[in-house]
Amino acid sequence: MEMRWLSLYVENEVGVLAKIAGLFSGKCYNLHSLTVGETEDVTISRMTLCVEGDDNTFEQIKKQLNCMVEVIKVIDLSGKSLHKKEVLYIKVKSLKDSDKAEIMRIAQVYDVKIADYGKDSILLECLQTENQNNNLINLITKSYHNVEVVRGGSVAIESISMK
Amino acid sequence: MSIKGTEAFVKVLKNEGVDIVFGYPGGNAIDIFDALYDEKDIDVVLPRHEQGLIHAADGYARSTGKTGVCLVTSGPGATNLVTGISTANYDSVPLVCFTGQVPTKLIGNDAFQEVDIVGITRTICKHCVTVRKREDLVRIIREAFYIARTGKPGPVLIDLPKDIMVEEYDKDDFTSQISIRGYKPNETVHEGQIKRAMEILEKAKKPVFLIGGGVKISGAKKELTELAHITQVPVITTVMGRGAIDTDDEMYVGNIGLHGSFASNRAIQRCDVLFSIGTRFNDRITGKVEEFAKNATIIHIDIEAASISRNISVDVPIVADAKLAIKEMLKRAKECDTKLWREEIKTWDEEHPMHIDKPKGMSPEKIIDIISDRYQGGIIVTDVGQHQMWTAQYLKMTKDTQLVMSGGLGTMGFGLPAAIGAKIGNRDRQVICISGDGGAQMNIQELATAMSQETPFIFCIFNNSYLGMVRQMQTVYFDKRYSCTCLRYRKSCDRNCMDAGKKCPPYSPDFVKLAESYGAKGIRVWNEDEIEKAFDEADKNTESPTIIEFIIDPENLVLPMGQGSKPLDNMIMDC
Repeated sequence: MEMRWLSLYVENEVGVLAKIAGLFSGKCYNLHSLTVGETEDVTISRMTLCVEGDDNTFEQIKKQLNCMVEVIKVIDLSGKSLHKKEVLYIKVKSLKDSDKAEIMRIAQVYDVKIADYGKDSILLECLQTENQNNNLINLITKSYHNVEVVRGGSVAIESISMK
Repeated sequence: MSIKGTEAFVKVLKNEGVDIVFGYPGGNAIDIFDALYDEKDIDVVLPRHEQGLIHAADGYARSTGKTGVCLVTSGPGATNLVTGISTANYDSVPLVCFTGQVPTKLIGNDAFQEVDIVGITRTICKHCVTVRKREDLVRIIREAFYIARTGKPGPVLIDLPKDIMVEEYDKDDFTSQISIRGYKPNETVHEGQIKRAMEILEKAKKPVFLIGGGVKISGAKKELTELAHITQVPVITTVMGRGAIDTDDEMYVGNIGLHGSFASNRAIQRCDVLFSIGTRFNDRITGKVEEFAKNATIIHIDIEAASISRNISVDVPIVADAKLAIKEMLKRAKECDTKLWREEIKTWDEEHPMHIDKPKGMSPEKIIDIISDRYQGGIIVTDVGQHQMWTAQYLKMTKDTQLVMSGGLGTMGFGLPAAIGAKIGNRDRQVICISGDGGAQMNIQELATAMSQETPFIFCIFNNSYLGMVRQMQTVYFDKRYSCTCLRYRKSCDRNCMDAGKKCPPYSPDFVKLAESYGAKGIRVWNEDEIEKAFDEADKNTESPTIIEFIIDPENLVLPMGQGSKPLDNMIMDC
């Protein structure tokens, strides 16, 4: 089943997030990730949603979202050229010196930042695609076992010049 | 000039043309009730349970076309509205429900009678919001009425904290144009799509119109009738759409669905063009979805985009109000050659006519026939169950006869309060409520409201001592294992009794005595000869409600009976 992306403009009001989440849980739609934040207009927030479903389900989701009074606009990002990135923090702990060197090498190869550093732990800060984050997490958790992962879900915006 | 929230509230209501509010007071709503005390132009109806309150507002709204207004207190007052809000939501009824709320500073503190009603009703209403600032109050209430009655109508809930309602403000705007950026109901119809649809219809050999509740809500009976006559296309209705064309009209076939007529269901399955207006194709009418109208080109007109291509894929989708769409269709309507097709449908009807062949005891069909003959032009309100299905099957509807029932949610206990609400909104019309004995007791306390509001009406209870519809399913699918459906059951009975025999304990309550205890009239009818006389007596009683208890044999089943997992026209005809 395909992952499909939607961008929503919603009223920046109490309860809007709960209502959108409630729609997905109430109608058993598969919500893979959801991020939300204020836009250039403080009364409007923008959500980036990743939903999983077939064509029919996806059409229904868009229509149901459009019905909501608090949803101002639904943008289907399918087939559009996007910039899409996800924030990921990985804290790797209980590291020996040799492990630390390896982690630093990984950071260099994968072009992610070392945001914090301690006696036996390193914090990686990554801003890249979801897939790249997935790969990095897999790589690190394969060899290291005291790992803490916090990820935020992707944020997307249509590109200007790319086709 | 500074005015309190309560005064602003009353002013908006009057501007919206509200003259009846269904209200039940309490601590967090008492200020609003105080403001209404002096209002001669707004009548506040006090029921005996908030659920009765909202069903009454619902019946009022459905039968008058106006927006029903509810006013209850916080906590339990608000939670008692939940079933009624969902009932209205499923049947697209415009309601504005005001719930009292604890003062803003106490919200979230688990205060006395505090409940997050907006959180609870989020998924069952069109819109819900708590007013958090006094300056937003008037805008929110005005928007609530606008949202409730436009587009696909529905219930809206506004939560009013006590402190906001007594706070003063001097810049209330009662008149500016309402504009909600996230809500722009469709007010046009796509001419190109209508043209395309009519071209398909013109070439059809076996077309049908499938008409749902949306046509009635839109008030398009006249236009639909004209369309059917010009095109000569047979009309089939859903239970919610019954009455959208006169049932004795030569183009009318019958009801589609689980308990629809065989001819209607077969016509749907064999048609080549299914032109549907104002229905959402829910599971009660599709039968096995993969087999539904397999050979037909499907055209679907509905006011809500989300209802189109939801359960059934549609070839020509048109988002529009029914009346607007039908008017556009009339510009292009031409006669179709349907004579042979209509004759074929007639043979199916003759093969399996809608009729209770072998009733046990008094025939429910006979009672409904008599009601049909006596009360054309009246408002018939039903509860939920076998009696509801018999009414949908047999009630004749001509002129401005109305049929009100909870179709989408199927709420037992809806009938009695909705009938009271309908009578309050239509005091010069006959109102007949048809209910089962189970549903009758769910809001029986509203008989006191009827007495208090001086609303005479006829309350027909089809008493078969069982939860009939569930018993029917237990008869057909569960080997007559009547688990928890006998309403005469007493602890000393045989737990596995399969038969309402003569050894049964008496029914509790005695509905005739119950009626009298409320100051109403009670009549019990045992056989068909007594029916007309009972209605004669009821008609004479213009002072109070009349309960007519019809003793029905529980062995009577609603037939034919479809099965959701089988194709629509694969029905159980006999049992």
